[in-house]
Amino acid sequence: MRKADSLQGSLDLLVLKILSRRPRLHGYAIMTAIQDISGEVLRVEEGSLYPALHRMEEAGWIRAQWITKDTGRRARLYELTAAGREQLSTEESRWQAVTAAVNRVLRVV
Amino acid sequence: MSLWSRVANVFRGPSLSREIDEEFESHIEEAVERGRDRAAARQAFGSALRRREESRDMRLLAWLDWLCADSVFGWRQLWKNRVTSAAAILSLALAMGACTSAFRLIDALLLRPLPVADPQRLYALTRQITGTDGERHTYDGWAYPVFRRMRAAVKDQAELIAVSPVMRTDLTYGSDAETEKAHVQYVSGWMFGSFGLRPSVGRVLTENDDREPGAHPYAVLSDDYWARRFARDPKVAGRTFRMDNRLYEVVGVCDGPFAGTETGFVTDIFVPTMMNARVTRSDSAWHGTLVKVQPGVAVEPVRDRLNAVSRAFEEERAKGWVGASRQYIETWLQQTASLEPAGAGRSALQKQYRSPLAALGVLVALVLLISSANIANLMAAQAAARAREMALRVSIGAGRWRLVQLVLVESAWLGILAAGVGALFAWWSAPFVAGLLNPLGEPVRLALPADWRVLGFGLALTCGVTLFFGLAPALRASAVKPAAALKGGEDPHSRRRLMHALVAVQAAFCVLVLYVAGLFGATFERLSREPTGFSADRLLTLETVAASPQPASYWNQVVEHLRATPGVETVALASRALLSGYSSNDAVAVEGGPPSADEAYFLTVSSGWVQAMKIPWIDGRDFRAGDTYPGVAIVNETFTKRFFGGRNPVGRSFDRATDEGARLRLRIVGMVRDARYLDMRGPMLPVAYVPFSQPVGRGTLIVRTSSANPRVLVEVLRREVPRARPEFRVSSVETQAEIDLVYTVRERLLAMLATFFAFVALLLAGVGLYGVLDYSVLQRRREIGIRLAIGAQAGGVARLVTAEAFSMVLAGALGGLALGMVAARSIASLFYRVKPTDWDVLALPSLAILAAALLAALPAVIHAMRIDPATALRAE
Repeated sequence: MRKADSLQGSLDLLVLKILSRRPRLHGYAIMTAIQDISGEVLRVEEGSLYPALHRMEEAGWIRAQWITKDTGRRARLYELTAAGREQLSTEESRWQAVTAAVNRVLRVV
Repeated sequence: MSLWSRVANVFRGPSLSREIDEEFESHIEEAVERGRDRAAARQAFGSALRRREESRDMRLLAWLDWLCADSVFGWRQLWKNRVTSAAAILSLALAMGACTSAFRLIDALLLRPLPVADPQRLYALTRQITGTDGERHTYDGWAYPVFRRMRAAVKDQAELIAVSPVMRTDLTYGSDAETEKAHVQYVSGWMFGSFGLRPSVGRVLTENDDREPGAHPYAVLSDDYWARRFARDPKVAGRTFRMDNRLYEVVGVCDGPFAGTETGFVTDIFVPTMMNARVTRSDSAWHGTLVKVQPGVAVEPVRDRLNAVSRAFEEERAKGWVGASRQYIETWLQQTASLEPAGAGRSALQKQYRSPLAALGVLVALVLLISSANIANLMAAQAAARAREMALRVSIGAGRWRLVQLVLVESAWLGILAAGVGALFAWWSAPFVAGLLNPLGEPVRLALPADWRVLGFGLALTCGVTLFFGLAPALRASAVKPAAALKGGEDPHSRRRLMHALVAVQAAFCVLVLYVAGLFGATFERLSREPTGFSADRLLTLETVAASPQPASYWNQVVEHLRATPGVETVALASRALLSGYSSNDAVAVEGGPPSADEAYFLTVSSGWVQAMKIPWIDGRDFRAGDTYPGVAIVNETFTKRFFGGRNPVGRSFDRATDEGARLRLRIVGMVRDARYLDMRGPMLPVAYVPFSQPVGRGTLIVRTSSANPRVLVEVLRREVPRARPEFRVSSVETQAEIDLVYTVRERLLAMLATFFAFVALLLAGVGLYGVLDYSVLQRRREIGIRLAIGAQAGGVARLVTAEAFSMVLAGALGGLALGMVAARSIASLFYRVKPTDWDVLALPSLAILAAALLAALPAVIHAMRIDPATALRAE
C-alpha cells in the first residue's frame, strides 16, 4: 500500500469528516461538499477521490451501499464505520498537531 | 477482514470492474444533472481505464490478481503446445515419480524412526571380527551369558535389550494338523517398558517374564497380527498355542504400530528371551543387542565398557578351546565392539540394501536432471519464439519481475502437473519395488505411508525442479531488449550456448547411468551363470519335522515310501538343503596333526544324496548301511586341496576338532566335485558330508520329480510323508531353484531397475538433442539458406548443423565415463566378476549414446537440407 503523504492524509481527513456530519453521500456529493464548504479553495480531482474512497473502504473505515435513485439510476453511497470514526479522531488530532507545529515555526522564525 | 475481501475480490474480477465502471458512470450522470457539460465532465474524469485500474488495485490483492492472470495465461500456453507439453510432463513425471519412490524406500528402510519412545537414543551393539579370509566383518549376534554381564556392567548409563531376528516358525492354536506359520521374535521382557509400549489388551511382558530359562511361556501379539489373525478379538488374552513342543499363553496385545525392531520384517508374536533353548549357551550368538543410553550419557565410555566386558568373557571362554589352533584363537580375540545408531531399527535387509538403494537413488536423480534439462531447453526455445511478445510487454510497461513471474508460473504449471502424475507413479512403484526385495518365503513388509515426510519431499522436489528448469529461461526472458527483439536481431548464439552446455551435461549423466546399468547388468548375468556344482532342475526340498528325534531307520522308511510315489524320480535326505543359509563348521586335524586355522564345513546326508543332487563323483563310494558318524565322510575337491594338498584322500582320515575339544575321527570313503554350500559369491568352501546315524527331529527331503514343474507334486508329497510314518510332517516346501534365486534377488533388482532407467535416460537425452538441433536449424535457416544458395555441399551443411552439438555430446560422454569410474569405486562391493575398467562395460554406453545422437540428428539434418533458399530468405 502506498505511504500516506500529507496531501493524501488531508484528503482522507476531509472525506471522513464530511461523512461523519452527513452520512450516506455518493462520490460526486463528497467532491462538491469539499468544494462548497472550503469556499472553492479546496478542489478534489476525481482521479484522487475514487482510489482514496476505495482504499478506505478496503481498510474498513467506510462502507458502501448501492441504492436505486428515483431516476432509476443506481448510485453508490458511502458512510462511516466505527473504525472510521476512530480513524477520524486520530487523523484530526494528527492534523491539529501538525498545524500547531507549523504555526509555531511560522511565529518563531 | 480487509485481506479476506481483497482475496475474494480477486476471484470476482470482472464483476468488480463492472461495479467500478458503474460508479464512475453514475458520477458523470450526477455531474450532468447538476448542469455540467457531459464532455467536460468526462474530460475532468480522465482516462476511465486508468481510473478503473487504480481502483481495482486498491480493492484487491494485486499480486494475487497477477498470479491468477499469469496462471490462466500459462495454462493457455501449455494448451497451445499440448503435445509437447504432455510429453514434457510425462517424462518429468516419470523421473519425479521414480525419485519420490526411491525416497519412500530409502526412508522406510533406513531413515524412518521406530515407533518407540526416544528412538534417537537407540544403538545396536555390534562386533567387528577378522574372518578366515583376513577381512573384518561386522556381526550383530551375541550369546546371552555375555549379554547378561554387559547389561550389569552399564546398568547406570544404559539399558541393554536382547532381540532375536524375526523367525518364521511353525505353531498351532489347536491340533498339530492345524499348524500355521507366524513370525516370532525373542525379546527381553523389559523391552516394552524401555520402549514406552503399552498393551491394548491384557498386558505386555516385563522384566519378571524374563528371569529363569524356560520358566515364562508367555507371549504378546503385535497389533498388526492381532488384527490379521484374530480380527481384533478382545478375548485373545488367555488363548494358548504350541510352538517347539511347548505351550505358550497369550497374555496381551502391544498397542500401536510397533511390530519388532527388524525393519523390513513384521513380528507377529513376542516371547521372552528366556524361552529360547540357546539362552544358557555361551557358544551360540543368536540374538542382537540394542543399547538405549540414558539421556545425557556419552556413547563412547559405554561402548568401551561393553567392549572390555565382552573381551574378558571371550578370553575366559577361549581357555576352554583346547581343540582350536592358537592362530584361530588369536584372530578371534581381536574382536572389538562398537555402537551404531539404530533409531530406524536394525536388520540385515538394511545392510544388504543400503548401498544398492543409494545407487538407485543417484541414478533416478540423474534421470530427473536429464529430464529437467530437456524442459529447460524446451522453455528456452519457447521463450526465444516469444521474444517479440516479451518485448511488446516491456514496451507497454511490464516490469522485469512481472516477466520473471509470467515465465516461472508457466514452469510451475509443468512442475505441478508432473508432480501430480509422478505422485501416482510413486504410489504404485514403491510397493512394487518393495515386493521385489523378496527373500525366500519371507515377504519384505515395509511401512510406506504417504505422510508429511513423503509430501514434504515431493513439495521440495517440485519447487527445486521448477526453479531448475524455469529460472534461467525466466531471467533470460525478462532481460529482453525491446528494440533489438522487435527488429528480430537479438544475438542468437547466446541462447544456443546455454542449450549446448545442457546437451553436454545430459550426455554426461546419460553415459553415467548407462555405464552403471551396464555394470549391474554384467554382475547379474555373471552371478546367475555361476555354476552351483549341482542340478536344481525339478528339485523340491521338503523341510520335514517330527515332534521328537526319530531314528535314521524311520527317516529311511519315508525316503523309500516317497521313491515309490508316481512322478518322483529320486529321493534323498539331508539335514538342510544346500544354500539354505545353514552352516556348521569346525577345525579339522589331519591324521592326528594340530587343528587347522581354516575351518571345514559339514553337512549330514543320506546315501543317494550325491546322485540325487547330480554332484559328479571323482573317486570312492557312497555311504552304505553300517556307515556311522563319527566314522566316515565324503569330501569335496576344495577340502582335498586345503587339507590334503590335492592328493587323493580316499582311504585316509581326519579329525573334526570341535571348539569344546572333542575329536571326532572320520575316514574318507569318497571324493566329489565342489558344490555351492553357503553362498554364491565367495570362493568354494571345503565341505565334508557325513552320514545320518543319530536320531534327529528335523531334516530336509530332497525330491527330484519327473514332471517339468516340480510344484505340481507338492500336495501329494505333503500327504504321503505322514502316510509313510505318522511321526513326520512337512513344515515347508521350496524348490531348489527358488532357494538359488535368493542369491541373485538384489542383483536382479539392480540390473532390472538400472536398465530401465538407462533406457529412459537414453530416450530423454536423444529427445533433448533432437530438440536442440531442430531448434538451431530453425534459428539458422537464413544462414543455411544462403550457404545452400551459394552451393554448399550436403556434407558441409550436415557438419554445420551437428558439429557443435556432437562435440558437446562427445565431451559429455567422456566426462560421464570418468565420473562413472570414480563412482563405481564407491559401490564396488555390489559388483561380481566385473571390473569398472573392462572394455566392454566402457564401450557399451559410448556406442549407445553415439547411436542415439546420430538418430536424433537425422531429422534436423534432413530439415536443413530441405531448406529452400528462396523461401528462407524471403520470409521476413
